[in-house]
Amino acid sequence: MTIASQSPREALITAPAALSPAPARTPARRRTKLTRNRWGYAYVAPFFLVFGAFSLYPFLYTAWVSLHRTSLSDIDGGTWVGLENYRNLLQSEFFWNAARNTLTIGVLATVPQLCMALGLAHLLNYKLRGRTFFRTVMLMPYATSIAAATLVFAQLFGRDYGLINTALQSVGLERIDWEAGTWSSQVAIAVIVTWRWTGYNALIYLAAMQSIPGELYEAAEIDGASRWKQFLHVTIPSLRPTILFTVVVSTIGAVQLFGEPLLFAGNGTTSGGSSGQYQTLGLLMYQQGWSNFHIGQAATTAWAMFLIILVIVGVNALIGRLRARADR
Amino acid sequence: MATLALPGTETTAVSPVGRPARRGGGKGGKSGKAGPVTYTLLTLSALVSIFPLYWTLVAGSHTNAEIAGTPPPFLPNASLFDNVKLALEQAPIGKAILNSILVSGAITVGTVLFCTLAGFAFAKLQFRGKGLLLSLVIGTMMVPTQLSVIPLFMMIADLQWVNQLQAVILPTLVSAFGVFFMRQFLISALPNELLEAGRVDGASTFRIFWSIVVPVARPAMAVLAMLTFLTAWNEFFWPLIALTTANPTVQVALAGLGSGYVPQQAVIMAGTLLGTLPVLVVFTILGKQIVGGIMQGAVKG
Repeated sequence: MTIASQSPREALITAPAALSPAPARTPARRRTKLTRNRWGYAYVAPFFLVFGAFSLYPFLYTAWVSLHRTSLSDIDGGTWVGLENYRNLLQSEFFWNAARNTLTIGVLATVPQLCMALGLAHLLNYKLRGRTFFRTVMLMPYATSIAAATLVFAQLFGRDYGLINTALQSVGLERIDWEAGTWSSQVAIAVIVTWRWTGYNALIYLAAMQSIPGELYEAAEIDGASRWKQFLHVTIPSLRPTILFTVVVSTIGAVQLFGEPLLFAGNGTTSGGSSGQYQTLGLLMYQQGWSNFHIGQAATTAWAMFLIILVIVGVNALIGRLRARADR
Repeated sequence: MATLALPGTETTAVSPVGRPARRGGGKGGKSGKAGPVTYTLLTLSALVSIFPLYWTLVAGSHTNAEIAGTPPPFLPNASLFDNVKLALEQAPIGKAILNSILVSGAITVGTVLFCTLAGFAFAKLQFRGKGLLLSLVIGTMMVPTQLSVIPLFMMIADLQWVNQLQAVILPTLVSAFGVFFMRQFLISALPNELLEAGRVDGASTFRIFWSIVVPVARPAMAVLAMLTFLTAWNEFFWPLIALTTANPTVQVALAGLGSGYVPQQAVIMAGTLLGTLPVLVVFTILGKQIVGGIMQGAVKG
C-alpha cells in the first residue's frame, strides 16, 4: 500500500543512521536486558491511565449509579434504592417496547446489510477496472456522519416533500407516512444503518477473501465446481471467522442504536416517534437521563444493554467454537 | 478474527501495513475477470452510495415545494449559496467546524502517540502481566462507550467541563483498536536486531522509541491517524451530551439544526452539506489510503 512515501524497509535502513555509530559488541549478552525490562509499564501507562479514568472507572461506576435514585441535579449522590431501578425497568412497558424495537430494527439493519456486503465483496474481488474507485465510493457512506446521513434520509423519507414518496406516487402507489408507522419507520431507520455500513463490511469481507489461498479454488475447479459452488463451499467457509466478527460488531452497534432514531423525526424528541414506534434502548437511556433527569434509571438501562451485548457476544463465541470443533 | 480470539491465538503472519501491495487482482482468492453484470451491479451500488450525498446538494438548492414537484429537480442551483448563508445564521456551523478540527486533531495526535507507545510495548517488550494487560485491551474493544456515559457526565459536571472541548477530547484520547493495530504491525515490521543494535549503542529507551520505533511505525501511524480523525469527526453520542449548541462540534450543530424549527428543508440540507464537506474533501484525497487501512485492520483485527 502506498500509505507513506517511506516503506518500513527503507525506514530500517535509515533509522539506525540516526543513532551514533558504536563499536560492535556482542549483542547476546545484552539480549536479556533488552527484552526483559520494566520500561514496558511506562509505555503502556498513558493508555491505561486515560482508559482507566475515562472508560473503566465510569463503566463500573455505572453499576453503582444504577442502584441509586439520582437525578441530574443531585449529581454527586442520590439515594440508595437497591435493585428498585431494575425492578422498575423490567416492569416498564417503555423498556420492553424499546427492547423490541431495538431487536427488530437490529435484524432489519444487520441481516440485509451483511448479506449485501458479502455479495459486494464477491463482486469487488473480480479483476476490475477502477477497483480503487469502486472501493472508495462504497466507503463514502461510512465517512458520512450519523447526523448527516439521518438528516438526508429524513428528507428522502419525508411525507410531504420526500423524494421516495414522489417516486412512489409517480408509479401510481400510495404515499407513505414513513415516520408515523411502526414498520415503515423501522425500515427507514434500518435503511440508514444499512446505507452507512454495507460498504465498510464489504471491504472487511474483501480483505478476508483476498487472503484465501488460491489453491483452494484451483482444487475446486479441478473437481468441476461452478463459480457459485465455489462461493458456497470455498469462500463462505473460509470467511466464517470474519463473518462471525462482523455479526458481533454489527449487533453491538445495533444494540446501541441512538443517533438515527433521535434525528429521524427532525424535531429532536427523545421519545422515538409519537407512540415510541422507533424508540430504541440507546434512545430510552438518553431520554431517562437527559430528558427525564433520572440518571439512576438511565444507568440501569445502560447495564441492561451491556448484559444483552454480553449474551450476544457469548452466544456468538460459543457458535464459533462449536463450528471450529465441528470442522476439525 | 483475533479480536474475539483469546490473546496469543491471533495470527501474526499477516503482512505489515507498509508492505507494498501486490498489484492487480491476482492476490489470493478467486479473481476472474469481471463481466458486464458485475460492472452493472457495482455501478448501481456506487450510485446508491453516492446519491444521498449528491441529494444534499439538490435538496439544499430548492424550496420544499420545488423538491416535491413532479418530476423532482435533479440538479443543484445557485440558491444553494443563499441556503448555506441561512444555515450559517441559524446554526453556529462555522464555529462547529473549527471546534471539530481542534477536537479531532487533538484526539488523533493523542491516540496515535499513546497507541504507538503501548503497541510497541506489547509487541516487543517483556514485562510481568503483559498478557493480562493485553487481554484487557482487547476486552475493552467490546465495551461500548455508551455505557460509561453517565458517570462520565457526572465527572465533567463536577469538573465544570460541560460545554468545554476538553470534555470531548480527553475521554476519547486512546483507542483499544489502535493499540492492537500498532502491536500487530510492529510485531512483524520491527526486527528485534534493530532494537538490540540501538540498545548496544547505548541509546536510552525513549531515544530508541523516537529514533527506531517511530520511523518504522510511520505507515501504520498514518493509517491509524486517518481512521481516528474520521471517527472523532463523526462522534455523535458523547459530544451531544457534553456540549451544547453554544459550543458545538459539527455533529452537535447538525443535531441542533435537525431538531430546531427550520421551516425549509433546504436550509437543513445546506447545513448538512457544510458539516460533511470537510470529511468528504479529505476522503476524496485520502480515500485510497483509508480503504487500504480498513482492509489491513480487518485482516489483522
